[in-house]
Amino acid sequence: MSSPPTEGGETWELRLYVAGETPRSVAALANLRRICEERLAGQYSIEVIDLLERPQLARGEQIVAIPTLERRLPEPVRKIIGDLSNTERVLIGLDLRPER
Amino acid sequence: MAGLRHCPTGVDGLDQITAGGLPAGRTTLLTGGAGCGKTLLATEFLVRGAQRGEPGVLMAFEETSEELATNVAAFGWDLPALQAEGKLAVDYVRVDREQIDMTGDFDLEGLFIRLGLAIDEVGAKRVVIDTLEVLFSALDDTARLRSELRRLFSWLKHKGVTSIVTAESGDGPLTRHGLEEYVADCVISLDHRVNEEMAIRRIRIVKLRGSAHGTNEFPFVIGSAGFSVVPVTSFGLEHPASSELVPTGVPGLDSMLGKAGWYRGSVTVVSGDSGTGKTTFAASFADAACARGQKCLYLAFEESSRQLARNMASVGLRLDRWIEAGLLQVQASRPTEIGLERHLTTVYEQVEAHHPDVVVLDPITDFTALGGGVAIKALLMRIVDYLKNRQVTAVLTSLARSDGSDTSMSSLIDNFVQLRALEHSAQRHRSLYIQKARGMAHSQHVRRFELTDQGIEILEPVQVATA
Repeated sequence: MSSPPTEGGETWELRLYVAGETPRSVAALANLRRICEERLAGQYSIEVIDLLERPQLARGEQIVAIPTLERRLPEPVRKIIGDLSNTERVLIGLDLRPER
Repeated sequence: MAGLRHCPTGVDGLDQITAGGLPAGRTTLLTGGAGCGKTLLATEFLVRGAQRGEPGVLMAFEETSEELATNVAAFGWDLPALQAEGKLAVDYVRVDREQIDMTGDFDLEGLFIRLGLAIDEVGAKRVVIDTLEVLFSALDDTARLRSELRRLFSWLKHKGVTSIVTAESGDGPLTRHGLEEYVADCVISLDHRVNEEMAIRRIRIVKLRGSAHGTNEFPFVIGSAGFSVVPVTSFGLEHPASSELVPTGVPGLDSMLGKAGWYRGSVTVVSGDSGTGKTTFAASFADAACARGQKCLYLAFEESSRQLARNMASVGLRLDRWIEAGLLQVQASRPTEIGLERHLTTVYEQVEAHHPDVVVLDPITDFTALGGGVAIKALLMRIVDYLKNRQVTAVLTSLARSDGSDTSMSSLIDNFVQLRALEHSAQRHRSLYIQKARGMAHSQHVRRFELTDQGIEILEPVQVATA
C-alpha cells in the first residue's frame, strides 16, 4: 500500500512522541499543528504519545530522541526529530514539498 | 572520595588489576579500536553479574539481541536463557541515519525512558551501553549530544547502577568524541596489536578514582570461557606449600634430589638442547603419575599424541595404556602464530575440566621463541601461578638458549634440571645436573644418563664437568 503524496483525499496519520509536557514538546505540537493546518487541512490526524505513560512504545517504535514525529501514513514510515521549529526541514522530512 | 566502593566484576583477572572491581554505582568508560573485545568484555560483565545475583541491562546500538546471543554462545553464555530468567534485559537501539531528519531542538529522553524501563524490568544493578558513538554519527547536533550524555552519566549515577559505556578510541584523545571528559571515575582501554606477526591483546586502566591501581598494561586473552587478564604484578607468594612429594618418574633423579621426588605443586623446568631427552623426562614423570593412579594432562606442542606414545614406547614408557585408561590426557597442538594465546588458555581450561594431578607442557619454548616475549612470558607465568595455586605439579620442557632466556622466569620455577649432550671419545653422552631445587638438599653433581628400553637410567657422577 503505497500512495503517492498527492493533494487528493488521502489521510495523513502522524504521531508525535513526547516525554511529559515540556516547553519543547508544547512547541513541537504547536509547530506541527500550524504546518498541518497550512498544508494538510482536513486530511490529517495527530496522535500525541507521552512515553512517560507508555514507555514500552519507546522500545517498540525505536524512539531515542524527543520529540520525534512519525509519519505513519502515507507509507513509507518516516521519522523526524526535534521541536519542528525549522519548517523547511519538517516539510522535507515529511516529504511535503515546500511552497514556492 | 573515601567511600568509593568496588563492584567485583567476576571477570577473570580484571578485579585484581582494578584492586577489587569497577567503581560501584558509577560509570566506567571502556575504549578501544574495532575488534578489541569491548563488546565481549562488557557482555561478560553482565553475564558474570547475572550469575552472582546482579541483573543487568544491555543497551546495544550495533548488534541486535539475536546477533549478540549468537556471538557469545561460543563462550557458553546463554543470553536468551538469562533474559528468560529475568536476569538480563537487552534493548537493541536502531538509529538509522537515513530515517532521521533534524527539525530543531531535541533531547535523548527516549533513550532514558528505554533504559529506565529495562532497569526496572530486571531490577538491574549493572548496565552496559554499547556503543554511544553511534549517536554521534546519526545525530548532527554534537553540542546537544554532549550535554545529553553528560546528563546520561549523572542519571546512571543517580540510579545507582554500575555501568560500562563503550566508545571507539580516537587518534589523539582517548575516544573519538572525548567522552572521557564526562566519565570521571574509571577509564579502561583495550588494545589489540600485532607484534612480530603475533597478536597481543592488552588492557590498561587509564584512570580509576580512589584506587591504587597498577598503571601497567596487562596482557589479556579471550579464551573459550571469556576474558582472562594476566596481572603480572600480582604474583603473590601465597601459594600453598605442600611437603608431600611427587616422584619424578626417574628413580635416579629422585635420589639426586635427595628425596622421593619433588614437592607437590612445584613447577619444574627441564631444559636442554635438541635431542637431549627432555620429552623422555617429561613422559617418565607423566607415566609414573598414571602408574600411581593419578591424572595427567600432557600438552604436546611438537608431537601428536600417537607420535608421543610410539616414541616413548621405545624407552619402555607405555603411555597408550594410560590414555586408554583415561588417566592420561594428551592434547597435541601447534602453537601457530595467531593462536598463541589460545594455547595457553587451553591449559587453564583443560585443568578446570579434567582436574589433573600433574601437568606437562612440552615444550614451552615454541611460545617464547615466537616473539612478543613479554606478553607470552606473562601468560606462561600466569599459567604457572595458576597451577601452583591448584597444587598441580608441573613439568615444563624448554629448549636451552645460549642467552639464558629459558631461565628468565626463574623466580616462579621451583626446580631447574639442565640436560646436556657431551661429546667425548667420539661418543655423545647425555648428562644432567640440578641447577636448582627449592627446599631440597639436592646433588650438585653432573651425572650422565642413558635412555634405555627401561626408561631413563642415571649413571655415576661425571668426574670432570665440561662447559
